[in-house]
Amino acid sequence: MARFKHFFRQAWQNAYLALMVMFLYAPIGTMMVLSFNASKSRTQWGGFTLRWYTQMFASRNIVAALQNTLLIAFLSALIATAIGLAASIAINGMKTAPKAILIGVTNIPMLNADIVTGISLMLAFIAFGISLGFQTLLIAHITFNIPYVILSIMPKLKQTNRSAYEAAMDLGAGPVYAFFKIVFPDILPGVLSGFLLAFTMSLDDFIITHFTKGAGINTLSTLIYSEVRRGIRPSMYALSTVIFVTVLLLLIASNFAPRKKEKV
Amino acid sequence: MNQPLIDLKHITKSFDGTLVLDDLNLSVAENTFVTLLGPSGCGKTTTLRIIGGFETADKGQVIFDGEDIGRLPPNKRQLNTVFQKYALFTHMDIAENIAFGLKIKGKTKAYIRDKIRYALKLVNLDGFENRSVASLSGGQQQRIAIARAIVNEPRVLLLDEPLGALDLKLRQDMQYELIRLKNELGITFIYVTHDQEEALTMSDTIVVMNQGYIQQTGTPEQIYNEPENAFVADFIGESNIIHGTMIRDELVEILGARFACVDKGFGTNQPVDVVIRPEDIDLVEPKAGALTGICTHLIFKGVHYEMEVTTPDGFEWLVHSTDMCPVGKEVGIHVDPFDIQIMNKPASEDEEAVGVNE
Amino acid sequence: MNRQNFHTGFYRKELLAGPYLVWAAGFIVIPLLLIVYYGLTDRAGAFTLDNIKSILAPEHAKSLWLALALSFASTAICLVLAYPLAMILRKRGVGKGSFIVFLFILPMWMNFLLRTLAWQTLLEKNGVINGILSLLHLPPQSLINTSGAIILGMVYNFLPFMVLPVYNVLCKIDDDTINAARDLGANFTQTLLRIWIPLSVPGIISGITMVFVPALTTFVISNLLGGSKILLIGNVIEQEFTRGSNWHLGAGLSLVLMAFILASMALIAKYDKNGEGSAF
Repeated sequence: MARFKHFFRQAWQNAYLALMVMFLYAPIGTMMVLSFNASKSRTQWGGFTLRWYTQMFASRNIVAALQNTLLIAFLSALIATAIGLAASIAINGMKTAPKAILIGVTNIPMLNADIVTGISLMLAFIAFGISLGFQTLLIAHITFNIPYVILSIMPKLKQTNRSAYEAAMDLGAGPVYAFFKIVFPDILPGVLSGFLLAFTMSLDDFIITHFTKGAGINTLSTLIYSEVRRGIRPSMYALSTVIFVTVLLLLIASNFAPRKKEKV
Repeated sequence: MNQPLIDLKHITKSFDGTLVLDDLNLSVAENTFVTLLGPSGCGKTTTLRIIGGFETADKGQVIFDGEDIGRLPPNKRQLNTVFQKYALFTHMDIAENIAFGLKIKGKTKAYIRDKIRYALKLVNLDGFENRSVASLSGGQQQRIAIARAIVNEPRVLLLDEPLGALDLKLRQDMQYELIRLKNELGITFIYVTHDQEEALTMSDTIVVMNQGYIQQTGTPEQIYNEPENAFVADFIGESNIIHGTMIRDELVEILGARFACVDKGFGTNQPVDVVIRPEDIDLVEPKAGALTGICTHLIFKGVHYEMEVTTPDGFEWLVHSTDMCPVGKEVGIHVDPFDIQIMNKPASEDEEAVGVNE
Repeated sequence: MNRQNFHTGFYRKELLAGPYLVWAAGFIVIPLLLIVYYGLTDRAGAFTLDNIKSILAPEHAKSLWLALALSFASTAICLVLAYPLAMILRKRGVGKGSFIVFLFILPMWMNFLLRTLAWQTLLEKNGVINGILSLLHLPPQSLINTSGAIILGMVYNFLPFMVLPVYNVLCKIDDDTINAARDLGANFTQTLLRIWIPLSVPGIISGITMVFVPALTTFVISNLLGGSKILLIGNVIEQEFTRGSNWHLGAGLSLVLMAFILASMALIAKYDKNGEGSAF
């Protein structure tokens, strides 16, 4: 009786898991299949083709958007990591009150709705007289990336052994030398995961990009959005497949990096 | 012994292909304090969890008061458990923790209130009703865990290393508390520990386990004084375990010297293991001893001196005595016949593999 | 010497926050203040509350109401779907390299336009689902451009954001705490209601905020799956800015939206406290 109940519960759980996997992956899977479909119809299989992929890579728009996306993701992640690392070290050593204020400010872009963040940045760029384009996109992405970097580094900094740092100073090391020799190796996983998180966030962003990009420049997200509104083209399925596979590989790579990520 | 309250019959359990319990049989009488004692990984906790219903045995029966409860979920068993790390409900205050089981059973508010007061008094924490779990020390949390279990009036209380997380002083105090509780409640305690001192202090019956087998069951005195094999002898207290030969009844040869003993029935010229407790060795004048050796090590332990006497064949005898013997002095070794415990050599491979892991 | 060293080290450390302070002031604080400024002025720069009040205009009120209703519904559905999933994952995830957990978190990192595009492909008039229906000689359904399609898109997009925090908090619950409840006589339902759920409130709360806020403010999902007829408050605000109509009005509506976000967070935080107190 109890055996049967156990078996039944197991079966029910497996069914539920399977159903959820289907729910999450079937739509993406469908798109991936359609990206190889020679027929433009979404219901008829017209044979296997790579035409949409060649079409995609031949499109100057798509290639330019891809370049923009990668360049902005890389640069914004890099700069955000530098600023965020410095800020984390400073915040970690601060007294309670300024620390609380800075962490509060850091939380704003994370808690606020993306649409509000995007609009506010757009208003600021216009007020500052910075014309919308690549530079504003970069600034916007750095802005929403810094909190993720700080969030990745702070827990590692808290865990570092303060007495090891003090011991190094006691043995004659200067604070900077002691930091790079003792503290930095400890927080390196946090720094790396912060960079990767920032890179992925930048790659993934649409809403903030949408408001801060100005005319004439596109990232993959904004390109897809404008294309989709004109009606679906199979080359978008090809693009989706490429992005999905890239993100998948990135995530697997970052999952192999030894770290623990806490996302709040 | 009258009809046992709990009877484990042929219990076998493995996890991921590793055999944890192999054909275990154990009877527990009503109103006794039974301790499952053994090194980590010996299967003692698994045994307790099978009784409590948190694990299901692959084979065998759990008979409780004449009924097989082996397939019942924990909430349908008349037993309660005190967990190793207390497992209190942190989102509830102390009174709510204790009331949990009673509310499930639909008891009246007045009954529950009385029970809480009674239980808190029993564990010496009167007036703690509205405290939060986080505000209590480890020892206090453990008492609440006990109170939470006993208000349900279980016929058996299962305790899984409940004192493991406490410091030494508190642990000793709690040992007396548990004995008192058991006597006041008049119920059966099944207690799991790896601490032999705890086991000897509290138990009516000790079950020594290793590698999924019961090595010996008996009263604390039996376990300590008459260990049945080298594992038990070594695990319970310190001892000298020496290879010897049983010349005939009541005479054993150890390291070339003959000692009178009280054991019989091992045959003649049979290889045996001999157990001699360190405190049972008398250091005498060299001429008066059956063996002579040189004192090679001396540590003052407070109550006694711990010494090491090396005999010419190289065997190091562990000796506890209130009399000091300086390092380098030659001494004789004397043991009274009734202080010598003879054990059969392990017969099977399994028992040969038996060793102390801790 | 030592002392001096300590002091320079101390000041240098504080200085490291400099770039971030400038950045945060310029690109987090000032932009927010600008929204407040725009929201409270008219085109001539004079103070006005008209932008805020315009939320009461029927078309705006309706879009806000619809956004609240749809995001509330999708948050509830996410919670109902995610909680059992997180419980199963907690049980299964351990010791299997947590690949199975990874499987359910992975979609979170996928570009959400793609996820929405995928549903568009499935739901469209000539989409995959209707294609399958016609193969089965069943009448086509109008699936896209409905509120249901928007809810579906929201649930699909934000479900992992509910699963992850709930899963994390469930993993922190000790097995023996659950065993203790069972031991004291609680059956599965009682354990769920009195132990599992009260102990996972923090994860539920953070899951709710992670789903509710983006759902409430989305304009993409409603645009792609809801067509031009269903406008949510996000769509209204987006149009005020990108179609260049009236930034002051858009900023005013944004302020209202932010107020709703703050209010719902405060409400949730309050329920959290009450919930913890009365969970028993």
